[in-house]
Amino acid sequence: MATVHSPRIKAKHQRLVLLVIALAVVLLAGLLAAWALRSQASYFYVPSEIVAKPPEADRFVRLGGMVEKGSLKTAPDGVTIRFVVGDGKSRVPVSFSGIVPSLFVEGSGVVAEGRMQPGGTFKADNLLAKHDENYVPREMQNMTQAQARKVVAETQ
Amino acid sequence: MHGFANPARFLRLARWLTPLCLLPGIAIAAVALAYGLIWAPADRLMGDTVRILFLHVPAAWLGMAGWMTIAGASVTELVWRHPLAAIAARAAAVPGAVFTALCLATGSIWGRPTWGTWWVWDGRLTSMLVLLFLYFGYIALSDVARRDGGNGRVAAIFGIVGAINVPIINRSVVWWNSLHQPPSITMGKSAIDAAFLWPLLAAAFGFTLIFAGVVLMRMRAILAEAQAEARLRRKAFAADEAAEAFGGFA
Repeated sequence: MATVHSPRIKAKHQRLVLLVIALAVVLLAGLLAAWALRSQASYFYVPSEIVAKPPEADRFVRLGGMVEKGSLKTAPDGVTIRFVVGDGKSRVPVSFSGIVPSLFVEGSGVVAEGRMQPGGTFKADNLLAKHDENYVPREMQNMTQAQARKVVAETQ
Repeated sequence: MHGFANPARFLRLARWLTPLCLLPGIAIAAVALAYGLIWAPADRLMGDTVRILFLHVPAAWLGMAGWMTIAGASVTELVWRHPLAAIAARAAAVPGAVFTALCLATGSIWGRPTWGTWWVWDGRLTSMLVLLFLYFGYIALSDVARRDGGNGRVAAIFGIVGAINVPIINRSVVWWNSLHQPPSITMGKSAIDAAFLWPLLAAAFGFTLIFAGVVLMRMRAILAEAQAEARLRRKAFAADEAAEAFGGFA
């Protein structure tokens, strides 16, 4: 490189400074891109988003949240289930006909793919079970709540 | 660091460092995987599917660590012009790509019974797939530089710019709603029960040693290849000179 610089600045230091500046710019660009994607890149809407801004009828969306305890009911036909998906703020009733993933249980996370019905019910074409970040051996589920809390506290 | 600018010195060190990484690495990973596959308890929800964790998580970690190796070596190459840096970056690319592919494959196999789908385009899975494609691009670029006698600077810049994807992979489950679960192990905390956590950490350590050993092996191979090429070139040059000298008399 035939850049003119004072002889006291070593070439490798010049390269280092240039690289640091380039890295900072690239990092900023990446963060800006990620920030711009913050709502578009989400895989699903949570119930409070659906309730605050309902999607147009017949628009395919994904709804993600927790299956409320005690809300899961099977219709008389045996294949249709109804349950409520909540996020602690809002609740959306969901109906689905078909085979559910084995991890689909009350009190656990779910992502439902489908459309909002005019009555405010979400009609799902497909259910995905969402696994949370907890990994717990089978033996621990039979413990009392207090025991489980103690063990979890020990591992944390 | 520049003590190792002399390849002969590096080769002497690498010769005994390679088995020192590989052998304990294979032993630790094998024991951790065997424990995970046979003796670890089944998960409360996932059942036996949880056992894939011991391969999936180390593979994911090394896929990302491999790219950070490329990026670090590329910075060293560009700033300090260290002669071994480009070789280290090239050596880390293929093992990094293999671990990334392994992570995607095991994750997909785990996702089918757990989530109910092989693949979704959520933030974590998509950014990890992008990492695999970045590896392909890097391997192609550095190969071209080697074959056509370029200086590999383009590959080094690609390696540094591509590193932006690594924090995106890491944060993808925090920034965006995703089907993939949020991080289980964060600074000093773990949502993974000790029965799974210790074999997981052991497997990660073992695979990391294997990764280091493979990178050292590949660096030695690349150096040997360059040496052989230089020797052939010298011979061809000498033969040309000789032919010219004799041609003058004919």
